[in-house]
Amino acid sequence: MVNYIYLAILFPMFGFLFNGIFGHKIKNEKIIGIIGSGTVGISFVISLVTFFQLINLPPDQRSVAVNLFSWLNIGSLHINFGYLVDPLSITMSLIVTGVGFLIHVYSIGYMHGDKGFWRFFSYLNLFIFAMMNLILGDNFVVLFLGWEGVGLCSYLLIGFWYDRKFEKGTVSQAAKKAFIVNRIGDFGFLLGMFLIFLTFDSLNFKEVFLRANSFPVSETTFSFIALFLFIGAAGKSAQIPLFIWLPDAMAGPTPVSALIHAATMVTAGVYMLSRTAIIFVSAPVIMNLVAVIGLLTAFFAATVGLVQNDIKKVLAYSTVSQLGYMFLAAGVGAFSASIFHVMTHAFFKALLFLGAGSVIHSMHEEQNIQHYGNLKKYMPVTYVTFTIAAFAISGFPGLSGFFSKDEILWNAYSKGNWIFWIIGMATAMMTAFYMFRLVSLTFLGTERFGHDHHPHESPKLMTVPLSILAVLSVIGGYIGIPAVISGEGGNKFEEFLKPVYENAERKLSSFSNDSHFEEILLMVFSALLAMAAIYFAYYVYTRKNEIAEKTSKAFKGIYTLLFNKYYIDELYETIIVKPIQSVSEKFLWKFTDNKIIDGAVNGTGTMISKSSSIFRKFQSGVAQFYAIVMMVGIALALFWIIISL
Amino acid sequence: MYNIPIEFYLVLSAVMFAIGVTGVLIRRNAIVIFMCIELMLNSANLTLVAFSSYLGNSIGQIFVFFVMTVAAAEAAVGLAIIIAIFRNKLNVNIDEMNIFKW
Repeated sequence: MVNYIYLAILFPMFGFLFNGIFGHKIKNEKIIGIIGSGTVGISFVISLVTFFQLINLPPDQRSVAVNLFSWLNIGSLHINFGYLVDPLSITMSLIVTGVGFLIHVYSIGYMHGDKGFWRFFSYLNLFIFAMMNLILGDNFVVLFLGWEGVGLCSYLLIGFWYDRKFEKGTVSQAAKKAFIVNRIGDFGFLLGMFLIFLTFDSLNFKEVFLRANSFPVSETTFSFIALFLFIGAAGKSAQIPLFIWLPDAMAGPTPVSALIHAATMVTAGVYMLSRTAIIFVSAPVIMNLVAVIGLLTAFFAATVGLVQNDIKKVLAYSTVSQLGYMFLAAGVGAFSASIFHVMTHAFFKALLFLGAGSVIHSMHEEQNIQHYGNLKKYMPVTYVTFTIAAFAISGFPGLSGFFSKDEILWNAYSKGNWIFWIIGMATAMMTAFYMFRLVSLTFLGTERFGHDHHPHESPKLMTVPLSILAVLSVIGGYIGIPAVISGEGGNKFEEFLKPVYENAERKLSSFSNDSHFEEILLMVFSALLAMAAIYFAYYVYTRKNEIAEKTSKAFKGIYTLLFNKYYIDELYETIIVKPIQSVSEKFLWKFTDNKIIDGAVNGTGTMISKSSSIFRKFQSGVAQFYAIVMMVGIALALFWIIISL
Repeated sequence: MYNIPIEFYLVLSAVMFAIGVTGVLIRRNAIVIFMCIELMLNSANLTLVAFSSYLGNSIGQIFVFFVMTVAAAEAAVGLAIIIAIFRNKLNVNIDEMNIFKW
């Protein structure tokens, strides 16, 4: 079955082609929906079977390369179109197809009645296809194929409602922003790939990683490769300074935000980082950079999330913040912890977005949480599942987020330093606070919406995926219980991923603190802080709303700064977009294009017609004139011959 | 027998040729131009015969026969063209035939 993993990739492609070609003729939402989600469901089943076969193998054989065909053969460049099935890729593909399947099912309900229903499903299937290529590819080129594919699908889906307005601009502007910012990252990734090929003379994962272990390559080279790859990862996974596209990506339909901009695509950067772990651990400077950038992203995004009023914006900044955590974990060398967080985050963040979608759906596109309130009366299932997800992301003891976040914080402390831990902890508290601000303002308190709104619970097609994700958000963490608690068995998830990072971890000779006492102490401490933050948010936003108002008035400067997202968009607008626009307009357009290029083209034409108007006089049509010219020519030629004799 | 020097022939043929060229270039009547062309051909023939006799080599004279044959054929074609022109224009002025530019 491992050898048939490509079927898991072909089925979504089939769904894409079917819905893309016949969708607009079928018009039957049932058929389109069943094909769209069914193909992803089959992919999930194939991944699951493959997963079980993989665990039956001994740990050191759990890496199977499936070679399909030879793709490119140029000189020493041999690229096979092949897939690599190993613990890391199978974990990711289970997340993508599993969560993806639930979101597809949910979308049947959410997109009901939309005129682009078939288009939506064909894009979603294309996305799954590209994402599976990204995850399962066994060399950098296939990974890059998927990498660009998911970027394209992200663009198509953000701009899905291309005729609508979004904030100050239009939806298509948001889509373009996402695409262009992603291109910057892709450029870095490409440079990294070129440098890898130059250094290791191969682009195949297995060969590159083997050679990275044995070739005498200087640390500077490793640093440059790692830096370029990190730029790529930062673009895709919305890290400072390339995070600005993700909040705007919320212009797309909510299932898209859940699938692409929370659960799967944005974690591609984290996946790439842990796939190339061996390169990163060989460049300690860049590892530190990754950790610091991740930490800063986590912190600053969380502060912005504190004051936003758009339900999807809060979740978007929360996603950026959680991605920062994953980078922090990767940066301190805890790659399996970061993948663990990718998984739990996929569960609860997809659930949060789908819950938000359910709320938005029933409130007729109203997204401002100040206009919600007491929705638990009308939508109990959404309320319960959303709250479970909020508890999970806040790190409430026993839920999935608690284990993964704690794993990261513990690694940040033991492999990094205590500053990482403090800032990470502060971020965790803010996360708990803004999540429960969201829950309180949306589902609790008093009704603040007009009487023209009649909120109602969403259909079964939407609530069932919510419930399944809620269950996963609760139990998802138990496969990665830290060794301190589970005792003898150790961390099963880490154990499973271990073969992937064996070489990297051998190289990573960092000091590892194994003090069980400290780990438990920090765990209890963070749990208490999270609960305190949860209670505080609940108290402020349901009982004493004036505290929030007073605080925002007292710190008006900070509040405005946060509310306007640190003016980062405006800053980029001034220092990057405007100069580029004015250079493009004044120099590239009005000078280079109009004067030089048009001048050269038009000048050639003018010159030819001018000179022709002189030369045409020679063609009078009078034969005697031709004869005279001939005579003069012959005379001159003779004259010249005689002279030169 | 008194031998005429070769230079005399050459000068005569050069003069004939020059007259022919001048006639071709300045006259308007197609028949006259045609006659001038014949004059140029004959001047060339004269040169060939003169050299043939001077060098004691008969190739020049054989060449002249060929030239005369071609000239006869050319006369037939040329006169036919002139008649065709006359039928179109009702005269044979060459400067009125300026449609060569198309």
